[in-house]
Amino acid sequence: MSRATGQEPVAVVGIGQTKHVAARQDVSIAGLVREAAVRALEDAELTWADIDAVVIGKAPDFFEGVMMPELYLADALGAVGKPMLRVHTAGSVGGSTALVAANLVAARVHGTVLTVAFEKQSESNAMWGLSLPVPFQAPLTAGAGGFFAPHVRAYMRRTGAPDHIGSLVAFKDRRNALKNPYAHLHEKDLTLEKVRAAPMLWDPIRYSETCPSSDGACAMVLTGVQGAARAPRRPAWMHGGAMRSEPTIFAGKDYVSPQAGRDCAADTYHQAGVVDPRRQIDVVEMYVPFSWYEPMWLENLGFADQGEGWKLVEAEVTEMDGDLPVNPSGGVLSSNPIGASGMIRFAEAALQVRGAAGEHQIDGARLALGHAYGGGAQFFSMWLVGSERPDS
Amino acid sequence: MNAAELLATVPALAGAEPVTRVTIPARLDYTYSPGSAQTRFLKALTEQRLLGERCPSCTRVYIPARGVCPTCGIVTNEQIELPHIGTVTTFCIVNIAAKGLDVEVPYCYAYVLLDGAHVGLHARIGGIPHDQVHVGQRVEPVWREPAARSDQPSLAAISHFRPTGDPDADPESYRRWM
Amino acid sequence: MTSIQGAEAGAEAGQGSRRDVAVVAFAQTVHRRSTDRLSEVELVLPVLQDVLKQTGLTTDRIGFTCSGSSDYLAGRAFSFTMALDGVGAWPPISESHVEMDGAWALYEAWVKLRTGQADTALVYSYGKSSPGSVRDVLTRQLDPYTLAPLWPDAIALAALQTQAAIDAGLTDERALAATAVRSRRAAEANPHAQLRGSADVGELLEQPYEVRPLRRHDCPPVSDGAVAVILAVGDTARALHPRPAWIRGIDHRIEAHQPGVRDLTDSPSTRLAAARAGAFDAPVDTAELHAPFSVQELILRRALGLSDATEVNPSGGALAANPVMAAGLIRIGEAAARIHRGESRRALAHATSGPCLQQNLVAVLEGEQS
Repeated sequence: MSRATGQEPVAVVGIGQTKHVAARQDVSIAGLVREAAVRALEDAELTWADIDAVVIGKAPDFFEGVMMPELYLADALGAVGKPMLRVHTAGSVGGSTALVAANLVAARVHGTVLTVAFEKQSESNAMWGLSLPVPFQAPLTAGAGGFFAPHVRAYMRRTGAPDHIGSLVAFKDRRNALKNPYAHLHEKDLTLEKVRAAPMLWDPIRYSETCPSSDGACAMVLTGVQGAARAPRRPAWMHGGAMRSEPTIFAGKDYVSPQAGRDCAADTYHQAGVVDPRRQIDVVEMYVPFSWYEPMWLENLGFADQGEGWKLVEAEVTEMDGDLPVNPSGGVLSSNPIGASGMIRFAEAALQVRGAAGEHQIDGARLALGHAYGGGAQFFSMWLVGSERPDS
Repeated sequence: MNAAELLATVPALAGAEPVTRVTIPARLDYTYSPGSAQTRFLKALTEQRLLGERCPSCTRVYIPARGVCPTCGIVTNEQIELPHIGTVTTFCIVNIAAKGLDVEVPYCYAYVLLDGAHVGLHARIGGIPHDQVHVGQRVEPVWREPAARSDQPSLAAISHFRPTGDPDADPESYRRWM
Repeated sequence: MTSIQGAEAGAEAGQGSRRDVAVVAFAQTVHRRSTDRLSEVELVLPVLQDVLKQTGLTTDRIGFTCSGSSDYLAGRAFSFTMALDGVGAWPPISESHVEMDGAWALYEAWVKLRTGQADTALVYSYGKSSPGSVRDVLTRQLDPYTLAPLWPDAIALAALQTQAAIDAGLTDERALAATAVRSRRAAEANPHAQLRGSADVGELLEQPYEVRPLRRHDCPPVSDGAVAVILAVGDTARALHPRPAWIRGIDHRIEAHQPGVRDLTDSPSTRLAAARAGAFDAPVDTAELHAPFSVQELILRRALGLSDATEVNPSGGALAANPVMAAGLIRIGEAAARIHRGESRRALAHATSGPCLQQNLVAVLEGEQS
């Protein structure tokens, strides 16, 4: 395929995550990340000694009130005496972190790499962390929802999408979450009527259409061909991966369908030889912190033509039993430990092609997309993982 | 194993209550620098002028300018005074309070594309019921009286934007410049 | 005591695809105590333009961009997103960011080039220490439950490290002052340095203690500054610079966090990183060591087994200018620049992060084999 020649194929052989909750008061930050890491090692049947390097990611340090927390986490993650890298690319960081780790394997710098991402939002106040008062700027947005709501309105206006689409996505993801034991929100009694009746926080975004604030961590063990051959369970193979960035604010920026997202998807598909994503990709774990982003990203990622994304939602194509299931895990709308959310998308995509997603498994998933974005819809990271080795 | 179970495995700690939270206050003070371009913009605001900057390469006009054209990566140094009128290109209605913002909720948060600019200024729309705010609406700034402003130059010099009552802008005039 | 193990589990480790990567351009600001007239992007832009001009490259011909910076230093979340404006990221670019010194951004870029996914990389980092009190800010790096609440600042921790070295008979205050004098006098030849020139040792030792046993001269200045580097592979590098500074090896290692469980007079992670980077395969004529405190140069020299034949910190090092998050990448740039100018054939560059040299990176650079 079109990945740069000579790279080591990258396999996911271990995946671990915590049960995402509003506040994990029974563990420290170190306890939280270690829990996910230990589960990933157990899944791979490896020990700390088998790990050559650790790549960790999280969103802004102000979220926990610890500057460069990887320094303090070196011991808990068995990194002492090893290389440790800390990635921060805003909300896309969980995905970017996995890609940095994957490159260490692909470049044959290391044999087996542990990658971890986390957020323990209960340790501080994320809303505060996002809006430190800068005296010469007028604070207006009241959190991320306020920042993205005008873009959602622009999407609705541009496409003529009816008002109820956002509620359909939220209801779907929350029902999917009931099948995922790690999901934060398990709203057994939720009905579509309740979703639609929720108050508007940042009109046109309802309370029920926003992500929760979670404590959680996710970890993966990545390795090459030899490591995969020794793995006790079926690995997920990386078929493509890319990051793209564009400026925060610029003249002509398309907030509804950012060029960086389109380019990132095109690069990822090209590496994997995907020419028709809607037909060739079996399942998508998409970064949807506000429900309207599902139809917006369906278009941005090439699963639907411009203006047509909401129609896939309305036609139930993205439901668990539709022909393009999106977020069978329940997605960011059901669990949002910010720094980890991107890696959870990547890990859930890998679980699907390993056939290891449990109750939310999509039967026969062979190629899955993990997607993350961050900043002012400007940083994108994606990977495609498959059940077969890319060069086979 | 949760913390309580862990404690139970150590005989000497049997019955001890797990510590589930420690509160550690930390205070760090910072003095932010807006930089030379934003300083020009902020100083102009104190004189009720809206100062943008044009990129010498792509010719796009930024307000507030941050000193660098973000797409060309070069210094913007041509200042342009923009008229006190613009168009709402998108908006939302905020129903929860922002920390440090002395505005009653709900309020309308909008992108206002000033005539001649190529990026929207983020601003509040006031002076009309929220359900009458719409994309394409023509609006103008309402300046705070100097006495009502904080002592530092700030975007807060503009209280909000209000409708001018003019006919809506041609969608083609703002379609590319949200 | 935590030991550091040299052996790696991965049999494949180190067997890279052998794509040679070189530093082909380097630029830094004139470092200052304060740059309060400049925003971060205004600080960064000149060095970005400088390295692009040196190579004749434009943003659209850069295959990968990676930066390093810290939100805690800037005092605001997502501070790096605004600095990105200086890059001109349009059309969208392949880009990443580490919340670390730029030396680790260079490492990430080096890995990216080694995969074959890109042939050129722009690496930059910046630190504005002036908005806050960097001495207090750095306390937030410590274990949040047991150390940070005590607010032990970077100078107090370095004082503990210095006292340990003195108690072990490795140095004394006079020798440390001599290191400071040598560094700041070397900086007289470096137009980018903040502290240039020094009184002599006797005068320095008459000064009061800052935090005993440290005097002011043992500590780094508080600096604002930025740095940028361009990397390129193989023939691309040769086309961009007549004397590319080839990265023959690069590695980094971290130690335990709690200073109490480490031997503060040694730097086993530096020694291990140096071994993995091939630093001991042949002598180096130049070493740029990221040693913000005078005692740390001694500890690093010992860990690296440097002899007097190696010229250490001809730039003046971090004792002459210490823009946090940039000072490590500057060491790599300075080492590369010596090779570019034909003043070095084989140079070592080192970067550090965390309290008391907790995390260390070593790169070995060489000129073209003639």
